[in-house]
Amino acid sequence: MADAPLHKPASKAWPEWLTGVILLAILAAVPLLAQTMGWGATVSFLTRIIILAIAAASLNLILGYGGLVSFGHAAFYGVGGYVVGILYHHYASDAPLLGLIPGASDMAITVPLAIVINALLAVVLGAISLRTTGVQFIMITLAFAQMLFFLFLSLKVYGGDDGLVVRRRNTLFGHDMRGDVIFYYFVLAIAAAWYAFCARLVNSRFGRVLAGVRQSERRLAAIGIATYRYKLAAYVIAAMGAGLAGALMANYARFVSPDMLHWIQSGDLMIMVILGGVGTLFGPAAGAFVLIALESVLAAWTEHWQLYLGPILVVIVLFWRGGLMGLLKKLTGGRIG
Amino acid sequence: MADPLLRVEGLQKRFGGVIATDNFTFDVRPGEIHALIGPNGAGKTTLISQLCGELAPDAGSVFLAGENITRLPAAQRIHRGLARTFQITQLLNEDTALDNVALAVQARSVHSFGMWRDARSDRALIDPARALLENAGLAARADVPVADLSHGERKQLELAIAFACEPRLLLLDEPMAGLGASESQTMIETLRGRKGEITMLLVEHDMDAVFALADRISVLVYGRLIATGTVAEIQANAQVREAYLGEGGA
Amino acid sequence: MGLLFEQVLNGVQLGVMLFLLAAGLTLIFGIMGIINLAHGSLYMAGAYAVAFFTLQTGSFWLSIPIALVIVAVLGVLIEYVVIRRLYARDHLDQVLATFGLILFFNQFATVIFGRQPLLLAPPPILSGHVTLFAGIPYPVYRLMIIVVGMIMAIGLYLLITRTRLGMLVRAGATHREMVRALGVDIRMLYTIVFALGAVLAGFAGAMVGPLSGVQVGMGEQILILTFVVVVIGGVGSIRGAFYGALIVGVVDTLLRAFLPNLLRTVMVGPEADALAGGLSSMGVYVLMAAVLALKPKGLFPAHG
Repeated sequence: MADAPLHKPASKAWPEWLTGVILLAILAAVPLLAQTMGWGATVSFLTRIIILAIAAASLNLILGYGGLVSFGHAAFYGVGGYVVGILYHHYASDAPLLGLIPGASDMAITVPLAIVINALLAVVLGAISLRTTGVQFIMITLAFAQMLFFLFLSLKVYGGDDGLVVRRRNTLFGHDMRGDVIFYYFVLAIAAAWYAFCARLVNSRFGRVLAGVRQSERRLAAIGIATYRYKLAAYVIAAMGAGLAGALMANYARFVSPDMLHWIQSGDLMIMVILGGVGTLFGPAAGAFVLIALESVLAAWTEHWQLYLGPILVVIVLFWRGGLMGLLKKLTGGRIG
Repeated sequence: MADPLLRVEGLQKRFGGVIATDNFTFDVRPGEIHALIGPNGAGKTTLISQLCGELAPDAGSVFLAGENITRLPAAQRIHRGLARTFQITQLLNEDTALDNVALAVQARSVHSFGMWRDARSDRALIDPARALLENAGLAARADVPVADLSHGERKQLELAIAFACEPRLLLLDEPMAGLGASESQTMIETLRGRKGEITMLLVEHDMDAVFALADRISVLVYGRLIATGTVAEIQANAQVREAYLGEGGA
Repeated sequence: MGLLFEQVLNGVQLGVMLFLLAAGLTLIFGIMGIINLAHGSLYMAGAYAVAFFTLQTGSFWLSIPIALVIVAVLGVLIEYVVIRRLYARDHLDQVLATFGLILFFNQFATVIFGRQPLLLAPPPILSGHVTLFAGIPYPVYRLMIIVVGMIMAIGLYLLITRTRLGMLVRAGATHREMVRALGVDIRMLYTIVFALGAVLAGFAGAMVGPLSGVQVGMGEQILILTFVVVVIGGVGSIRGAFYGALIVGVVDTLLRAFLPNLLRTVMVGPEADALAGGLSSMGVYVLMAAVLALKPKGLFPAHG
């Protein structure tokens, strides 16, 4: 028995870490290339994509791997952004929040705080939402996200409809992060860490349970696994990832608005996950890249680009399962994807 | 005689106008194979669902080794020593046979919150899983996705997963369903191999299997228990023959 | 007291509209197993159709049947082109495909009608007020909506209780069972049901135009409220849709009506109003959470 193979029979697939390292190397080289080639806005453009790729990866955890169709994921993304925005607001105005909590403008404080607050929020919302299944779950997650959207819309003190400007990007442990390139590398590092964490998570014991939840909860109950706690844990972890992305986006754009929590934002995240390939590790990143690139191209072409995105999306869903990763797998003969 | 391992008292379940389980009382003794037979629609699967905790009875109680498990959630019953197989196989179809059994082995642990170590190279899970697959005759098919397994192989896999739970009481919902002659024989041998070691409640239509394996038989008709006894007693029971085997008179 | 009664009536009026939407949504889900996000787009289509034809022909009365026909045709078209392919798919695919439809229809409406809301006055007979008991004046138009909505509710009730279709809805039948039981062309049945849901949504939209104007995005706002109704009432249950809609309509309206004044006693003007707006929007969601805490499948789940 000692010689029995532990993994599946050898396939041609590259190990995931190899794909990841290569991708990371390419992305790390971009700022240098951009400088020499004179590609002006590339670094900034990519920063936005990478931040959304973090959010999409977090949704992929519960949606792609766990099969939980959460249509309210943008709520956590938006709350993460608002944590940064609100803390900066109080920092800049020197008046503490609720008279007690001082403002902050360093990512060493604001980002972890955004993550923690989202975790708490997710425990509450998830505990309620996960009591339901199927269409109910979809509708509830959408409803809760909309509820939070209205909440932030109504907080005139934090900009309300107009949103909140973060006049100056947060520092990191006191270091100035305003430069495009240094912020890009910071975001890239965070993304790499998050993806590495997700990779370990989906292959771990917890990840096996999650995959089981997607395929047959009945089977899991029959072997003695009480799925609720695992679904809730996954939901909270996913929310933390979305909050991380939201906090980074608030720093990138130096602006937060209720639109970050809007259901269309949730839809966008879902599109990224599906487009890239549900339940694959790099799918969300590919999906984020293609969707943003597609939006940019279409938007440059016509003001009404959503007119075309809509049907494109319908066609993709109906006819093209497996997404980009599936396509890549076919093209490379199974080596990647 | 030792106390029964499973005791069911006055179990009652109706769906609208239909009485699926009608004041059902019986017991299963430790170490025995107790068969439950009855015509289609008699309520056998509904009964299994109530014993497993998937369905809540309207009235009545279920005791496992003296403990009242009537209100115990389904997943917790597994940890009390219960396990079941599904009539229509309920497997993780995208995963491999090995993955399925390994998960059952994993489920024995207190929790599955480990988020770092790779579960597919965890010997504590893989080794017992491979052993179970070997016993089920599926060693060669361990790394095949369940979707690609034959029906007979899936039924064997269901059983291997149930064994992975190390149950005291195994509820088998038509394990022979859809199996060919030699596959049925293999299944019967597998079950017979564990006789005495694991107590079994065997719901079956295949009378050959029932007569080959059962110590006692209970007969269910329209949700009601109409007879319990040894194989010989049941075969001789006129009421059973009339209601189930369809013979009128002698 | 008079103010309270008036607001309760407003709540009932909102509830009746929500019922039309929720009933369609739950019917489509109950019979076909489809979650249709584009339901709000059909509502919007009804509103735009009425607005457009009223402005063109000058007749509100004429534009309503025209709008209903348009919406019915639109519904059939959507069913034929998109929905039909989703019957076998999982919920995620349905959500995304119909989400794509929303994007398309919203942009389509923007292209044709622009971003500015269309404003519409109710027809002369229906404008003005009528005096209810205790001397309370109430807009005729809103009263008409309540009456019409209740008639539709009764109609649906008869449909559910007196027809074979309704029997199957109540039984929460699956598609396969329905084919056997009805012995009817199942594809035709699905198309009809979808068109019925579309017409209900479009009718609700048609009536709301004179009240609040017609603009892009109105469908989604009310759709999410409709989801809350369906969740509270129980997925697949028309009865649940009815009671859920009334509860949500009344609670939402009362919160919006009375919370601002309540808050103004402790806060300053514009901030109080904005916060009140936010909190009253949140109210129904908190209600939804409370209902689910006690009854995860809603108040009147279809399968009992």
